[in-house]
Amino acid sequence: MSAPAKNPAKIRVATAWLDGCSGCHMSFLDLDERLIELARQIEIVYSPLVDTKTLPEQVDIGILEGAISNEDDLARAQEFRRRCKRLISLGDCAVTGNVPALRNHFKLADVIDRAYRETVTLHPQLPTRDVPALRETVIPVHAAVAVDLFIPGCPPSAETIWHVLGELLAGRTPRPSDLTRFGA
Amino acid sequence: MPIPAPPTNVRVVTFQIDGRDYSAREDETIIEVARENGIPIPSLCYLEGLSTWGACRLCLVELAGSPRLVAACATQVAEGLQIYTDTPRLQRYRRTILELLFAERNHVCSVCVSNGHCELQALAQRYGLDHVRVPYRHVAYEVDASHEMFRVDHNRCILCTRCVRVCDEVEGAHTWDVMGRGSDCRVITDMNRPWGASDTCTSCGKCVQVCPTGALVKQGTSVGEMTKDLHFLPYITRRRHNR
Repeated sequence: MSAPAKNPAKIRVATAWLDGCSGCHMSFLDLDERLIELARQIEIVYSPLVDTKTLPEQVDIGILEGAISNEDDLARAQEFRRRCKRLISLGDCAVTGNVPALRNHFKLADVIDRAYRETVTLHPQLPTRDVPALRETVIPVHAAVAVDLFIPGCPPSAETIWHVLGELLAGRTPRPSDLTRFGA
Repeated sequence: MPIPAPPTNVRVVTFQIDGRDYSAREDETIIEVARENGIPIPSLCYLEGLSTWGACRLCLVELAGSPRLVAACATQVAEGLQIYTDTPRLQRYRRTILELLFAERNHVCSVCVSNGHCELQALAQRYGLDHVRVPYRHVAYEVDASHEMFRVDHNRCILCTRCVRVCDEVEGAHTWDVMGRGSDCRVITDMNRPWGASDTCTSCGKCVQVCPTGALVKQGTSVGEMTKDLHFLPYITRRRHNR
């Protein structure tokens, strides 16, 4: 069997995982055999699920999982907004801040102390290299950049993701609240 | 169960809800008539069997010819009223009210014992609330787990005061009350003593069952495990009414 010709009309999709648990990406993988059908219509040009290391200039659909907690999260959300025609907040962390935002009840210095000093017995030290600086407050993605579509859920079910992507690929505007909710 | 007989001198009035004709006793409220006829009007503070509080404003409806919105739980029907329960304006206001509730305290559904059994969460979904447009306040409130059977998490409280009313009006204990103003407002047990140290609480659990969110829950419940049962309330109030 010969390999299918590369289809230039494929929808270009990028995903990123900010401050979340990767559960939303796992839920995406839960599409199982439907991924094969999806692969005929979309090309994943950037994602933790593929090898590409840089976000292309032009992307049709950008999907962000996770809240914005550090400077790197913010920069990536802004980059996604610049390069993606449509930006989707996938899951409660991206949509509400969810569990990562629970640290907002505390001062950032106390949070860092708790993580890197109080709970460490041997050579407690603060990370200064290769780790992006935490921001004072965890915010949902739409608090930093404009978001076109919100898919609540912790995580949104594969069924929800399938429905939303299907509607988008068909040129319709999905209504995720028909299928999912905060905490679903 | 028999419906209580109406007092003799109460008139029956006719009016319209969403363009359809209805009749009811003039001492009934709009929300009572709507619920009897299966017309969904959302509410978080109103609960059949308890006195009217009128705080949550989710049951606001439009009256033809009036620029003012009225609370369906606190407005009686009248002859000739034209009531609208689900206009785009009402949907927009209800969504905004829900957003403000989500932003005010911690309503992180994914880690709540009432996840999947919460009236606030269900209303958010029903009104297509898929994100909150105002900034979250992120202020920590107290959790009182001193009672051996129950727990109050003020982070989840929306101040509907159902607990206050059911404790006073149905159980007759009046353990619960309200203190403070604005964002400091909260429900309290006895004179703001720990729930577990309350002299008046009978541990009946009615407050837990009527609480629409995960603010009042049973001890020992984990995420999504706290289901609530409201059936006792119409049963008790009807029996009492019939006496």
